[in-house]
Amino acid sequence: MLSRLPFGTQKKLIIGLFVALPLLLLLTFSYYPALELIRLSFTNWDGMSPDKEWIGLQNYKEVFSNPEIFGVFKHNIAYFVVGIVQNIAAIYFAIVLNSRLKGRYFFRLLLFLPYILNGVAVAYLFGYVFDTTEGSLNYMLGKLGLGSETSWLGTGSFVNYTLASIGFWRFMGFNMVIYLAALQSIPSDLYEAASIDGANNWQKFRFITVPNIYKIIELNLFLTVTGALEVFDLPFVLTNGGPAGASQTFVMKILDTAFQFNNYGLASAMSVVLLAGVVLVLSLQRYFLNKGRD
Amino acid sequence: MTKENPVWAITKYVSLLVAAFIVLFPPYIIVANAFKTPDEYLDKPAMAMPSSFLNFSNFGEAFVQADMGRAFGNTLIILGTTLTLNVLLGSAFCYAVSRFQFKLQGPLVGLFLFATIIPQITTQVINYKTIQGLDLTNHLMGPVLLYVGADILQIYIYLQFIRNIPYDLDEAAMMEGASLFKIFYSIIFPLLGPATATIVILKTIAIYNDMYTPFLYLPGSDNVVVSTSLMRFFGVNSGDWQMVSAAILIIMIPTAIMYLLLQKYIFAGVTSGAVK
Repeated sequence: MLSRLPFGTQKKLIIGLFVALPLLLLLTFSYYPALELIRLSFTNWDGMSPDKEWIGLQNYKEVFSNPEIFGVFKHNIAYFVVGIVQNIAAIYFAIVLNSRLKGRYFFRLLLFLPYILNGVAVAYLFGYVFDTTEGSLNYMLGKLGLGSETSWLGTGSFVNYTLASIGFWRFMGFNMVIYLAALQSIPSDLYEAASIDGANNWQKFRFITVPNIYKIIELNLFLTVTGALEVFDLPFVLTNGGPAGASQTFVMKILDTAFQFNNYGLASAMSVVLLAGVVLVLSLQRYFLNKGRD
Repeated sequence: MTKENPVWAITKYVSLLVAAFIVLFPPYIIVANAFKTPDEYLDKPAMAMPSSFLNFSNFGEAFVQADMGRAFGNTLIILGTTLTLNVLLGSAFCYAVSRFQFKLQGPLVGLFLFATIIPQITTQVINYKTIQGLDLTNHLMGPVLLYVGADILQIYIYLQFIRNIPYDLDEAAMMEGASLFKIFYSIIFPLLGPATATIVILKTIAIYNDMYTPFLYLPGSDNVVVSTSLMRFFGVNSGDWQMVSAAILIIMIPTAIMYLLLQKYIFAGVTSGAVK
């Protein structure tokens, strides 16, 4: 029946039918909330009442001047620092697994395994490792004579590094697999030609490997920075922001402000700041990437 | 390339062994303790093996107490519905925008690609109100709607893939009198198989492992999913590590098995999904 319709009509039908629903979903769940966030960030809406009073830039002033809000970003720094180390380790292991090596498929399988596991399960897994009295880390350190009383998740000065190290465990293999795919796409005759010209391993790494995976390094760094800005589930599950708010992250603060304290206006302003931060990182990355190409 | 520096060869293996130890150490503790009886747990150090790997009583108790039967059922419903809708809507959309020329086609595709820079976690405050307005909080279809509507990974992957299917195929089928709908479901969609596999794998991992969507949108005990069942179980049994270990293992095993069986597709999917 359909095949009797002229192709022009069929084409219009297809475009209308196949585009309408995805477009409606995109507008409802991506563009509408982004615009609505901006609008609400200028109000003092409590999330329920019908009136939304316009209060100008007051929420933004609050975000930037209240150290309890903007200062929380300090906690995210730990995730960024560990993320950089994680990328270096990922490149190292990608190079190792890209060389001739017995058992390389086994090691790739093993190192990637943590990425596939359920995040909440991983969080409690490490809750056990880091437990002060019954944890296996303190038990091992005790056996090695290095003291065994450290409260890894209860000490404000390094709780964020403890949490970020769990992120390292979980995502290093993911970064590594991406680097590995990039390394495998470098033609091997480049290395052979360099060997003939007498280049050593470091020179090959510096002048062949790095330029060829440069784009992928940038991609991974972008994922690291945005990941560090958006940390939520590990501290939420394991410490709930404690001790005394030392491991609270910006996203946790947003959700608290909206859902616990019913301050949707302020929560929206915080979301806009985070959104702007991510867009800024992405724009900078694209800018430098395009500059590198010219 | 022929001869290798022995120092480098040793460094490689030593570093891999250290990494393997770090990866396996936390799960080892869980496996060792999940099989211990309460008495054994008190008597033996945490690192010691259980006397029997056939003591499944912790697993049975954890499974019942955490309501995991219901949790796995709900997770499966969410996964099945989300994946079906994602695959259907995503492939159909990409067929329409990549096979035909029409007005506003460029801006339309641009609108979808541009949306990837909006981090989903920032828009929760508003999306929560939207889902509430649709009366879907504490309803399994709430998260489904978010997973289908707010993520555009499938569009990215299908768009890349569909461009490599030659248009000659469409033309030949049109000559034989097939309708455009028929061309879509009997030629294009089957040829998109590898892209569909990638999407199904990436989304399954993401949804199975997601915590904040079910936590925010499914607070009721009837609508427990895998992640939230573990959180609730831990809330009641915190400190009772051999029970918690058993619950953690039950939740980790399905994805670990999937990983071992589908490793080839998972590696391919992760690489193509990340380098979009």
